[in-house]
Amino acid sequence: MPETILELQNLKTHFPIYKGVLLRREIGKVKAVDGVSLKIKQGEVLGLVGESGCGKSTLARTVMQLVHTTEGTVELEGRNLTTSSPSEMLEIRRDLQMIFQDPYASLNPRSTVFATLAEPLLVHKVCTKKEVHARVGELMETVGLAPRFMQKYPHEFSGGQRQRIAIARALALRPKVVLADEPVSALDVSIQAQILNLLAELVKKMGLSLIFIAHDLSVVKHISDRVAVMYLGKIVELGTAEQVIENPVHPYTKALVSAIPTANPDEERDRQRIVLPGDPPSPINPPSGCSFHPRCPHATDQCSITVPVLETFAEREVSCIRKAEI
Amino acid sequence: MSLLSVQDLRTYFHTRNGIYRAVDGVSFELNAGETLGIVGESGSGKSVTCYSLMGLIPSPPGRIESGKAMFDGVDLLNCTPKQARSIRGKRINMIFQDPMTSLNPYMRISDQLIEPLMIHEDITKADALKQALEMLDAVGINDASSRIHYYPHEFSGGMRQRVMIAMALITKPELLIADEPTTALDVTVQAQILELIKKMQKEIGMGVIFITHDLGVVSGLCDRVQVMYGGRIVETADTRSLFYEPKHPYTRALQKSIPSMQPKGTELYTIEGLPPDLSKPLPGCSFAPRCEFANEGCTSDRKPELQDVNETHRQSCLRVQSGEL
Ligand SMILES: Nc1ncnc2c1ncn2[C@@H]1O[C@H](COP(=O)(O)OP(=O)(O)OP(=O)(O)O)[C@@H](O)[C@H]1O
Ligand SMILES: Nc1ncnc2c1ncn2[C@@H]1O[C@H](COP(=O)(O)OP(=O)(O)OP(=O)(O)O)[C@@H](O)[C@H]1O
Ligand SMILES: [Mg+2]
Ligand SMILES: [Mg+2]
Repeated sequence: MPETILELQNLKTHFPIYKGVLLRREIGKVKAVDGVSLKIKQGEVLGLVGESGCGKSTLARTVMQLVHTTEGTVELEGRNLTTSSPSEMLEIRRDLQMIFQDPYASLNPRSTVFATLAEPLLVHKVCTKKEVHARVGELMETVGLAPRFMQKYPHEFSGGQRQRIAIARALALRPKVVLADEPVSALDVSIQAQILNLLAELVKKMGLSLIFIAHDLSVVKHISDRVAVMYLGKIVELGTAEQVIENPVHPYTKALVSAIPTANPDEERDRQRIVLPGDPPSPINPPSGCSFHPRCPHATDQCSITVPVLETFAEREVSCIRKAEI
Repeated sequence: MSLLSVQDLRTYFHTRNGIYRAVDGVSFELNAGETLGIVGESGSGKSVTCYSLMGLIPSPPGRIESGKAMFDGVDLLNCTPKQARSIRGKRINMIFQDPMTSLNPYMRISDQLIEPLMIHEDITKADALKQALEMLDAVGINDASSRIHYYPHEFSGGMRQRVMIAMALITKPELLIADEPTTALDVTVQAQILELIKKMQKEIGMGVIFITHDLGVVSGLCDRVQVMYGGRIVETADTRSLFYEPKHPYTRALQKSIPSMQPKGTELYTIEGLPPDLSKPLPGCSFAPRCEFANEGCTSDRKPELQDVNETHRQSCLRVQSGEL
């Protein structure tokens, strides 16, 4: 049995919100992450999906300790990150890396690719100054970038090429856990396939654990062992990729799966989507009871009262009080 | 009459490492109300094509070497600054691939949204704000009235992308250029945005150029698709033909790489080799070094040109043209 490498317990991240332009006063909180518990095993890939704004990136940034944790704990191999000192964090970062959603913002515009990739290798003394050129070249090839681009600056690359630099940087130190926030959304399908194969290989060969955030459910299904579906800061369904994507139980997951576009024009024309009524809810004033109930086709009065919890059902965990009836 | 007609566009970057032929002879037309999809390899010149139309090529090192882009009688590549100002930002708008670098981090969303209206229209600030709120609602941002005063970093990735979309649609442009506008959006919000674009298309006859990697989105939205490789268009067709009868080996390889078409757990199909070095143009077909069907003829001096397969379908593979494939 592979061991649990990363464990999140009742993790919460709330952002205060302010009103007024001149006199900013706090009027409430955005509960971006609101009580998430998860265990990731060594060598496991967990796909994380959910509506835009439901808190996926915030969850990843909280695990990385880039934002302040409101409540709960993050443990990496037994070390509690929420109470680690900055110097301990520096050491931990070597094992825990993140690929950011926005590669434009996360790459230093004044550093060449070489400088960007050499820095972590030299800081953490992974190789000597002499070897570093060759190592950077190797890294670039791994992500499908020609080493001849080494002296170029980020603005000289296309969107997809920049994303690959960001991926190479995250992999440079051979971390144990990688949090990948939409790592392939900006890539064409062929390079996307290359990166997915690469990540799958690293998982297999080096026992890398991966939290993979994406919107493309066919990609998520392909790479993930388990999938967690988030809605408004909480996990609403968690199970193996096949169960969750092919046989969803939670009404939100069902709607999500029905909206997957297919690369087939005839099917696209005639398809039946489950159209969710109403707007995505406000994370500032979340609905009472089940936060999905105002948009749920199966909601009853009870759903606006009872707060559902994740429970085992049909070989997965799901939080819906009507799961057995629908 | 076409809304936009691009002829032989060439945009090169003159860098210390050589001349990068990012766009190397691209021609296409777009009608009012039509949606043209552009797909293709990362780095193949999709964004640079659109930046050229928007007058956004950084110069130096970039230079538009040749070409024409006619929009309502005006050549976008050769017009006066005054003509450009009256068209770009109002009649032609672009949604950029990278929301964070194209939103100003120091300006509230509200001010950024109303800016184009305040510049191009005779409108009061209160009215502009009202329109901005409606647009934010339309792109599915809840609590718009309080969030409109946020700064970009307080929004999620997908929300920023939707702000960009709202900014581009707020002036009701005749031509919308959308560079991967929905990559950061989940499928339900994506569906909502695509519906919004279709609706505005019907209402105001907007023409749309839609760049995306998601062939699923292409198949649901676009009337026509063109495929780019190494700075050139290698295939262009109506959407159905492109999906059901792709001709060019690159298009076929692209289609084979889609994950949902392959069994789980297997290694995904990928195209061997690295993208072409745009600073060292090869003789013949630029896809030849990676093409499983290439033979000597493909790397001879003859540059492949688009040829008709039928009325709505053109492609540039020499071996397909000679009937060998
Ligand atoms: N400022 C620049 N200086 C030098 N080269 C550049 C510059 N901007 C773009 N390029 C080059 O032009 C080529 C085309 O880039 P472009 O951004 O159009 O690609 P793309 O097709 O949009 O790719 P993606 O799908 O990854 O966004 C790339 O190879 C890129 O390296
Ligand atoms: N620094 C911040 N200050 C205030 N609110 C924030 C901040 N960062 C994020 N939020 C809010 O937290 C919520 C969750 O944002 P997050 O970026 O985690 O979403 P996401 O699931 O990654 O969405 P997407 O798919 O669009 O990237 C959003 O409502 C967002 O507005
Ligand atoms: Mg995000
Ligand atoms: Mg691009």
